[in-house]
Amino acid sequence: MAAAVPPFELFYEAHKDAVLSFLRRRAGRQRADDLFQDTFLRALRAYERLEHGEHLRAWVLTIADRLVIDGARREQPQGELLAEPATEDGRPAYEELAPLTGDLPPKERAAVVLRYGYDLGYDEIGAALGSTEQAARQAASAGVRRLRKEQR
Amino acid sequence: MTPVPVSLDRRFREAAAAAGLLDVAFDVLEDTPVGPLLVGVTDHGVCRISFDPDPEHQLEQLARQYGPRVLRSPRPVDRLRRELDEYFDGRRRAFDVELDLRAAPAYQRRVLAELARVEYGHTTTYGTLAARTGNPRAARAVGTAMNRNPVPIVLPCHRVVGANGSLTGYGGGLGRKELLLRLEGAIF
Repeated sequence: MAAAVPPFELFYEAHKDAVLSFLRRRAGRQRADDLFQDTFLRALRAYERLEHGEHLRAWVLTIADRLVIDGARREQPQGELLAEPATEDGRPAYEELAPLTGDLPPKERAAVVLRYGYDLGYDEIGAALGSTEQAARQAASAGVRRLRKEQR
Repeated sequence: MTPVPVSLDRRFREAAAAAGLLDVAFDVLEDTPVGPLLVGVTDHGVCRISFDPDPEHQLEQLARQYGPRVLRSPRPVDRLRRELDEYFDGRRRAFDVELDLRAAPAYQRRVLAELARVEYGHTTTYGTLAARTGNPRAARAVGTAMNRNPVPIVLPCHRVVGANGSLTGYGGGLGRKELLLRLEGAIF
């Protein structure tokens, strides 16, 4: 059975430091402080609709990541600098990955989606999964190997 | 990893409450004559006062009863905090805060409504409350309802004693019951 959604206080306390670190690396110290609040307000708005309490670290980091990208777009409308990785038909890569990775073990799935869907670095993925850069690299490559095997 | 600065943390907690996004805002009142109290407030009113200040024990239950968006946020609790301060100072005899008793079963709500009429500085018995809620023999059920009172102090289950005048029991321990009755001048 999937883990239940924890009371928001516990979720916030468990992930707030990681979210701020992530935002500071991605957006710089000053913008990070504003985006921090926006990230958790957005998480609060969506929280009631969450169906289970799994991968919440990855979930909240994707919210933070989206805000960084949206903010960068607003500031430089023509800029393509921070465009999200997209597939050829224009859909975001992480949507494409979702059905493919559904059967992977949770940690490998998260590592693959964050690496190839969100284009995060292994250090960020390690932080997102509460482990190390090295472990994130191994989880992602194990996930990719497993996907290749399944596709045969 | 960078710890979140206190100012940033506080700003988010205030913004969350101000935006009306919380099912329950709670805080811990560290310094009261009966020890630390965990208090919870919804849009409808005060839903929890607990003598067990450890949030871990309360949050899951609050989330189950009112929704998962339970966050520590001091501002919504300010009014209750002020009224409790006044009460403990002997400057307040009745509470004006709204209560949220939606999570209580119907029978318990009936008993709590009767309990609310027991005045400051007075006591009543489990049997009397049972009679007032329609069944004089239900003293034990009344005791259970008192024990599960979600908002002690504000709803004064400390004013309910045994038929022979003994303090009998209290969810927060007999020492606290005695202290509250002494504060109100109900015992000496």
